Amino acid sequence: MPAQPDRAVVSALQDRVRSLEGGRNHERRVLPFGVRDIDSRLPGGGLALGALHEVAGGGNGAVDGAAAALFAAGIAARTVGKVLWCVSQQDLFAPAIAQAGLSPDRVIYVEAGDDKSVLACFEEGLRHVGLGAVVAEVARLPMTASRRLQLAAETSGGIGIAIRRCRRQSDATDFGQPTASVTRWRVSVMPSKPLPVPGVGRARWQLELIRCRGGESADFEVEACDAKGRLAVPSAVVNRSSEKEIGRRIIAA
Amino acid sequence: MPPDRPLVLVGRDGQRRVVLAADMNALAASLRVGMPATKAQALVPGLMVQDARPEEDAEALERLALWGLRRYSPIVAVDLPDGLVIDITGSEQLHGGEQALLTDLVSRLGSAGIAARAAVADSWGAAHAVARYMRRATSIVPPGGVANVITELPLPALRLSSGVVDGLRVLGFERVGDLLAQPRAPLTLRFGPELGRRLDQALGVLSEPIDPIRPAEVVEVRRSFGEPIAAAETIAKYIGKLVTSLCSELEGKGLGAKRLDLLMVLVDNSVEAIRVSTALPGRDAKRLARLLRDKIEKIDPGFGIELMRLAASWAEPLSPKQTLSSLIEQPEADISDLIDTLGNRVGTDQLYRFAPLASDVPERSVQRVAATAPVVGNAWPDHWPRPTRLLSSPEPIDAVALLPDHPPASFTWRGIRRRVRRADGPERVFGEWWKRDAELAAVRDYFQVEDDAGERFWIYRAGDGENLSTGSHRWFLHGIFA
Repeated sequence: MPAQPDRAVVSALQDRVRSLEGGRNHERRVLPFGVRDIDSRLPGGGLALGALHEVAGGGNGAVDGAAAALFAAGIAARTVGKVLWCVSQQDLFAPAIAQAGLSPDRVIYVEAGDDKSVLACFEEGLRHVGLGAVVAEVARLPMTASRRLQLAAETSGGIGIAIRRCRRQSDATDFGQPTASVTRWRVSVMPSKPLPVPGVGRARWQLELIRCRGGESADFEVEACDAKGRLAVPSAVVNRSSEKEIGRRIIAA
Repeated sequence: MPPDRPLVLVGRDGQRRVVLAADMNALAASLRVGMPATKAQALVPGLMVQDARPEEDAEALERLALWGLRRYSPIVAVDLPDGLVIDITGSEQLHGGEQALLTDLVSRLGSAGIAARAAVADSWGAAHAVARYMRRATSIVPPGGVANVITELPLPALRLSSGVVDGLRVLGFERVGDLLAQPRAPLTLRFGPELGRRLDQALGVLSEPIDPIRPAEVVEVRRSFGEPIAAAETIAKYIGKLVTSLCSELEGKGLGAKRLDLLMVLVDNSVEAIRVSTALPGRDAKRLARLLRDKIEKIDPGFGIELMRLAASWAEPLSPKQTLSSLIEQPEADISDLIDTLGNRVGTDQLYRFAPLASDVPERSVQRVAATAPVVGNAWPDHWPRPTRLLSSPEPIDAVALLPDHPPASFTWRGIRRRVRRADGPERVFGEWWKRDAELAAVRDYFQVEDDAGERFWIYRAGDGENLSTGSHRWFLHGIFA
């Protein structure tokens, strides 16, 4: 028995598993984060398109879902096409979503009233071809519902993001229940980037990849979405401008 | 025509000229409907007398019914001589409930110069009686409460002929309740079957189908069934067939449907209706059939459906147009069918986009526009970071802060004390005096604060920190940052 598995055999087996899972032989497309540390941990080098992803907040964020919503908005901002955002009660502040690079013209909100209707609208949106991303804020996501959503996403090739937002802090354990989603993230807020002057710097998140089909879980410390919806990894050297050439004046004689 | 002079309309009742209608001033001058015209003229000097034109009244009522058909429900009929009857089953949700619908109806009629009263009840007879004899602009009879309400109403409320009413009055009956307490058989023997039928119709015991009005120019297809159908699959199949033939008719006329009404006449002659609307006119049979099929579960077919009628109750011209070629850029995917599906499911008001509004006050800077509204193109000013979640109303917090313009050193929100590690601000927002006088001096100073754990909040102080006239100087938490 060889100590190292044969690469060709492994990839052939992976292809076979994929064809068994997917039913049809389509190429897996991904949406990269553009951050090497994160993309290298995800199979295919990015967030899978045509799949369901789950995001929850950590700590108090499990209830308010502020960071999770902005994380989802950042992903949706980097897709092409309109975005459907299903909520049961609206409390998003649209200017913040626009600051994550998701223009208000692109987002259509559905205020569905209860979780059941939200899931129905979510599935309807995922089945529709041509949307960039479909985001839904739900408290509970049963296994059956998540499998339906995953299948719907596979048929249309859209990206589905379920923001898990519980009503009370004590319900946060529900996020541990298994679902059919491809990846599962937890976003927790961290103290912002220190500035040399008083003020609040760019927000930082503790980003946990709790579950990833075909990959391993991982933790990242990232800087929150910029105006184009991109994350960044904070530079190890504190207080150093990343672009030193800007503002530098040189005399040549 | 001077508005304060009493006005009556007179017409012939057999050989006599009698008053058929009187306005408020005439009623105040103790004129009554049904009195001889000569007597009325003798009682009120300067009375304006006009000939009644019942045919024109009926035509006007029909126009009103068509308006109701467009606006409220697919089942609307004229209730001669002076009323409309609308079956609002299932469509009251679209107008925000029964009370909101009635208020909307009466106020819209009022602004068109029509003094109207409206009532909702379980049966046509009860709604007719309550609207005419309760002396209130709007009344709602709760489901199952008809018997309690109509007992107090006078006999003409039952839509009986005047001969029967007079005969009953001779016998000492005044109210509907008096009749309900009596055995039916002797009354039927004396006054015929009409009395019992009207009583049962008012109580909802006997069904009274509404024959909905149909506009002449509307494109409509119908299909009747020899054997009544009831199964959901069968209904879906025939919806598909009806939609296909409707779409080919629409195509022949160059029209696209913006709203479809599907009326189903049941075995017992009652009518079930579903209505779907689309954001843009269209005649794609598959898409329209899908919208109708989504609503099949709302149909109660009873003992079976005998006749299905599909009408494009709102159609707009739709001509073929050339689409831009995609040589340069990928055209944006069409999602209007998704908007239609969701809009018919959760209500069109629940489907929206946010658009910027020129206001510095955060809760006023956002407006909802229809999902299909034209693209605005601009967003909010990007000077300051904005919180992801905005509380619906700012929550008061206890804060310790230096005046006038320092952020708090610590604050307590929902029972938890947080120490402020970093803060940004103040961002001053002035009240909008052009909206409310009370905001003339009002000021809010917003700060973004971060606590030890890294949680970031949007808090503000009401007032500028110096003058109490600008605000109470109390602190509020308004939003949560990511």
